[in-house]
Amino acid sequence: MFHALVAIKQVPDTTNIRIDPETGNLVREGVPAIMNPYDAHALAAAVEWKRKLGGKVSIVSMGPPSFIVTIREAVELGADWGALISDRKFAGADTLATSYVLATVIQTIHEKDPIDVVFFGKQAIDGDTAQVGPGVAVRLDLPIITYAVKIRDIDLVKRHIIVERKTEKWTEVVEAPLPALVTCEKEIAEVPFAPLPDLIRSLRYDPEIWTMDGPAVFDQEYIGVRGSPTIVFKMGTPPLPEAGEKINSREVGVQAAIAKAFDKADAAGILKPILGGVQ
Amino acid sequence: MSARRFWVFIEQEGGKVHQVSWELLGVASRLASEVKEEAAAAGDTVHVECILLGNQVEGIAREAIKYGAERVYLIDEPELENYRNCPYYKSIVGVVRKYGPEVMLIGATTLGRDLAGAVATSLRTGLTADCTGLEMGEVKGSKQRLLLATRPAFGGNIMATILCRQSRPQMSSVRPRVFPMPPYNPDAVGEIIREEVPLDEKDTEACILDFIHDQAESVDIEYADVIVSGGRGLGTPEGFKLIEELAHELGGVVGASRPCVDAGWISYAHQVGQSGRTVRPKLYIAAGISGALQHKVGMQNSDFIIAINSDPNAPIFDVADVGIVGDLFEVIPAMIKEIKARKEQARSLSKEALA
Repeated sequence: MFHALVAIKQVPDTTNIRIDPETGNLVREGVPAIMNPYDAHALAAAVEWKRKLGGKVSIVSMGPPSFIVTIREAVELGADWGALISDRKFAGADTLATSYVLATVIQTIHEKDPIDVVFFGKQAIDGDTAQVGPGVAVRLDLPIITYAVKIRDIDLVKRHIIVERKTEKWTEVVEAPLPALVTCEKEIAEVPFAPLPDLIRSLRYDPEIWTMDGPAVFDQEYIGVRGSPTIVFKMGTPPLPEAGEKINSREVGVQAAIAKAFDKADAAGILKPILGGVQ
Repeated sequence: MSARRFWVFIEQEGGKVHQVSWELLGVASRLASEVKEEAAAAGDTVHVECILLGNQVEGIAREAIKYGAERVYLIDEPELENYRNCPYYKSIVGVVRKYGPEVMLIGATTLGRDLAGAVATSLRTGLTADCTGLEMGEVKGSKQRLLLATRPAFGGNIMATILCRQSRPQMSSVRPRVFPMPPYNPDAVGEIIREEVPLDEKDTEACILDFIHDQAESVDIEYADVIVSGGRGLGTPEGFKLIEELAHELGGVVGASRPCVDAGWISYAHQVGQSGRTVRPKLYIAAGISGALQHKVGMQNSDFIIAINSDPNAPIFDVADVGIVGDLFEVIPAMIKEIKARKEQARSLSKEALA
């Protein structure tokens, strides 16, 4: 039987985040919270392989109680079991402290119910760090395959996984022994429409809530703010660059607008080397 | 008296160095100079150094010296021929433990990001991803200057400056093209120190079975001199034909904003922005791109930006050197014509000059 574990995160939909032009503050009001898109695709891949091999998909998510809806969404998409890792003491964790908590939780689950593949999204769209997946792999001493675009094979008898991962230069076909940890690109699997029984089940699904008090055992030193080597020193809005000249082609005509734009590029020494000819 | 070491990981594959490594050597040299006075006062020495892994890559180590490294720690092993996470991170951790660098910079490429998280976790130290600003700054409560790493967060909507008080090294990953190339000094001298880190059999269990090269996907927008990018304003995937034509006329490549990639109009390799690539071409033309922050952070360091948009209030105009308010389907064909005319003019001028 195949046991996949997927780590998921709830994120604000960053495409909808904007800055209040008057106060310069981040406007989070009315910004919908969604399942991190890469995690949704990782989950879809896990469910796909569960259907092929038989078995189950477990979910862990670390965050406040509002993350329960995201675990329900995972159940809707085919997950069988979920735990929310939630405690005020975990708050303020950077990627190192987060990887400690997740690795401890995954290890605890693994001891009761051995895991074959741990799935992560390649990164979360709010932080974009791509650090937690590799961090968990190092802590659990699992082989890691990042930027996975296709799972070619999971063989529970030979105990290996074969994955295609995409780099800037090429696609690598990687074989790793099980258990392994895979971080996924969107191409890994299409997020399916939820079948009705899963949808109904998800509505009433209550994930287990794991806290500092158990069932996993945590060392106070390594969690939350205390376990985080990095701190945010300051925050601000990006500096606004100086806007250049705006030419309205409807007023001056398309030809004239282009000529003016190119003359400016020329004056800055940009165009001549590109177009060739005498320098 | 102690040695304060500023390290750069040199990324190479198949004997070819990723240019971001040299860019980071430039950053490391600057960071080192920022603590020079403080170090001299304390009797400390400051060093700019590299770590390089691979198989028969000593030539690259010599190049690193010419880009500003005083010393290169080299692990040269057949086992390290191709990049793999486990043997690479364990080797690096071994050498870091031996020398205790204060700062370590890694390129935020797919390889670098795969590696950096593993190295930082293994060393239980802080790592800041995708930094766009780095400086050694004074921080209350710290005797020495600390690395202040600034990065965009929330899709580029805010900038956060992160620091790491106690753990060492202070690690950052930095995208290609965020920082300029350092000067190249062919006469520079430095030292190459060979290191060996023993690996277990288990460390090399994951293996690469095959490499698949996809020609169509191999656009390199990061290092292009000219980029013409299209956005939602193109209306349909076919709109990219016009963008391609203009890019071709300028000897450049095609870029795209995130919505076009998300909609499947063009592949991810073309995506410019926080969730795509950071670019720094000589000329960047943005057509039909409104200019979401996440796009702007990926292209605002271009030398010259021309924006074309029908909406006079589009935020892309805020970063453009010249903005043309108008219909891109009128402007671009006229632009192609104008470029052809200017090329012709340049050619005839050259002929005259030769005659």
